[in-house]
Amino acid sequence: MIVRPKHQRLVLVSLALVALLGAVLLAMWGLSDRAAYFVTPTEIAAGKAAGGKALRLGGMVEQASLVRDPDGVTIRFVVSDLNAKTAVRYRGITPDLFREGSGVVAEGRMEGDTFVADNILAKHDERYMPPQMANPAQRQ
Amino acid sequence: MIAEAGLAALWLAAALAALQLGLALGIGGAQGKAIASIRGVAVAQGMLSLAAFVALIILFVRTDLSVLLVAENSHANKPWLYRFAGTWGNHEGSMLLWVSVLAIAGAVVALFERRLDERSLSATLAAQAALALGFFAFLLFASNPFARLNPAPLEGRGLNPLLQDPGLAFHPPTLYFGYVGLSVAFSLAVGALVTRQVGPALARAMRPWVLGAWVLLTLGITAGSYWAYYELGWGGWWFWDPVENASLMPWLAATALLHSLNVMAARGGLRAWTMMLALVAFSMSMVGTFLVRSGILTSVHAFAVDPTRGSFILVLLTLYIGAALALFALRIGHVKEGTPFDPVSREGALVANNLFLSVILGIVLVGTLYPLIAEAVTGEKLSVGPPYFNATAGPLALILAALMMIGPQLRWRQDRAAIVPRLAPGVVIAIATLVATFLLAPDITLLARLGLALGAGLVPASLAPLLGRSLRRTPLAIWGMCIAHAGVAVALIGMACDSAFTREKLTTALPGEQVGVGPWVVEMRTISPVAGPNWTALEAELRASRGGGVSILRPQSRFFTEPVTTTSEAAIETVWNGQLYAVLGAQDVATGRWQIRLWWKPFVTLIWLGGVLIALGGLFALIGRWWRGYRTRRRLSEAGS
Repeated sequence: MIVRPKHQRLVLVSLALVALLGAVLLAMWGLSDRAAYFVTPTEIAAGKAAGGKALRLGGMVEQASLVRDPDGVTIRFVVSDLNAKTAVRYRGITPDLFREGSGVVAEGRMEGDTFVADNILAKHDERYMPPQMANPAQRQ
Repeated sequence: MIAEAGLAALWLAAALAALQLGLALGIGGAQGKAIASIRGVAVAQGMLSLAAFVALIILFVRTDLSVLLVAENSHANKPWLYRFAGTWGNHEGSMLLWVSVLAIAGAVVALFERRLDERSLSATLAAQAALALGFFAFLLFASNPFARLNPAPLEGRGLNPLLQDPGLAFHPPTLYFGYVGLSVAFSLAVGALVTRQVGPALARAMRPWVLGAWVLLTLGITAGSYWAYYELGWGGWWFWDPVENASLMPWLAATALLHSLNVMAARGGLRAWTMMLALVAFSMSMVGTFLVRSGILTSVHAFAVDPTRGSFILVLLTLYIGAALALFALRIGHVKEGTPFDPVSREGALVANNLFLSVILGIVLVGTLYPLIAEAVTGEKLSVGPPYFNATAGPLALILAALMMIGPQLRWRQDRAAIVPRLAPGVVIAIATLVATFLLAPDITLLARLGLALGAGLVPASLAPLLGRSLRRTPLAIWGMCIAHAGVAVALIGMACDSAFTREKLTTALPGEQVGVGPWVVEMRTISPVAGPNWTALEAELRASRGGGVSILRPQSRFFTEPVTTTSEAAIETVWNGQLYAVLGAQDVATGRWQIRLWWKPFVTLIWLGGVLIALGGLFALIGRWWRGYRTRRRLSEAGS
């Protein structure tokens, strides 16, 4: 049952369109609940961050807020954007440039009043500031 | 002097690109002498670009601090290899490499392409010159690598320590050769659309470029993945970082193109679709360059944040992609229809391959660009990471693997013979593996389970096309296909094993204490200071034992002075069935205990072994096709004389 030429091109073009549509629908479905929104402590304080949703929290690590749990690998610290503060808990080895008073982006989710981070990103070198970080700082 | 000479070479090369474009456009139906002059110009342009790049290498190796770029990115106390490789470890240098490869690729086409008619060739060289011209302009007006710094500083700033790794010498050039090799496919498609010569001859001219670029992209991605794995110290091998996606997207398009080119070369079919893919593949390279080089992304690859550069590349990108798509729309009506085929046939399977690869490409593209678009439109900041990509692209990749078990075993045009017996070995092994995973590893994820099953079934299915052939007389291209497909199976098994069976231990220890991870017992022996050429470090000595074997791992926490940075150097012990991976963290001031993080990753090495096999298969196909062409040409010339 070989399809005649004219017909075949039509079939292929419609297949390509269906694939394109499928890709868009699949991407929209995926993005609807899997994109992590960037939030600041102020937005969390305003109740904009629903519990359980994947988030990225950005701000400065508050001075003298870093404490280590007795297990030696869990740390707690406070992220601040000068208006509000959020408590963060993280289990893992912190990145090389993570320290009090410097910028941080934590990936994770809210559990109650604490932001539980799965991953912590710090700036890569002294000259560099992530754009997500630069903006909230400018607003102040 | 060298810097000025390099800059002059760059300007001359740009002028020649303009001349090449003008000549090719002006004479339209280039004949005899005209095409010879275009060829000459293309070769000169390639050599001048190469000269400019060599000039920059010399400046870097000599650490000439009166050049701004060198002063900002290099330091005299760096080891020789990093002074050399540091040439492309920054924005301007890497763009110069990019453009040089583009110009040299044009020169190679001009010198060696004999399969195309002269009009198509001159149109192709015009397209290549137009591409080069835009990127020369970008270098000269927005990213001059030869800018001087007056007065010259006494010391350079040094190279980002994360980039100070032998991988830097190979990873970027490999990827760039791959990205830019696709420019030839783009130009060939544009040339053929202009002269309405879209046919099997074009497919055969395009194939070596796509194969070569694809092999290098595969190697570049594989090497980049391993580099991130051991350098970042996070134990992961793919992070769906936008920069990784920037290299994955051209690879996906090139993979689809490679398969549809085979249909076009062998059967004359899928012409319009193949042209579209050729345009898309290099467009994805340009999108990747834009993402990486514009500074909108924040990662180790984003060397500088400069909005004019981003807009410059964006304008070039829009111009080239827009013009190519417009040309496609205008000419596609004239492209002849190929030989018809049955849905159950090799062509049918390759169409399915192309559709699935395109859908995955679309999903990766949307996921990568969505944060940028969302921020531009709504101002909302968000990021798209592994949860999205794994959930959408993962299942599709598994369907693709299942199709791969079938496709290569089908015949061209139509296949009416009994198919089931041919497929049986692979399917039986896949099902047996699936059952075994339920019995032996009841709590792994479904995706990992299916990955293991399909990977195991795909190994015999990939080798099936060799059955019933005389192995010695099987064309090298068939071997290439089988090896590449088996490579996919191997990589798939590695990925599934890594996600299903990895064991992790995060804890603190004092020298003398023991930690268990998976089958290993790891004892922390000592922590001692060590020094390298331009860093100092604290090094842990870990004694790992499993059964009888003992190995020593030495993870480090390194401290660099130019620029001031610390990095962790993971220690990795490779054994036959996997890798033990150790990272040294900080010391707890209160208790004096050291953080250590250990991973036992069974069969993780298969991921990169698979990648290398895929590239090797491509290389075999490239050599096989070239050898066949060479023999045919020789036979023809002997018959002629």
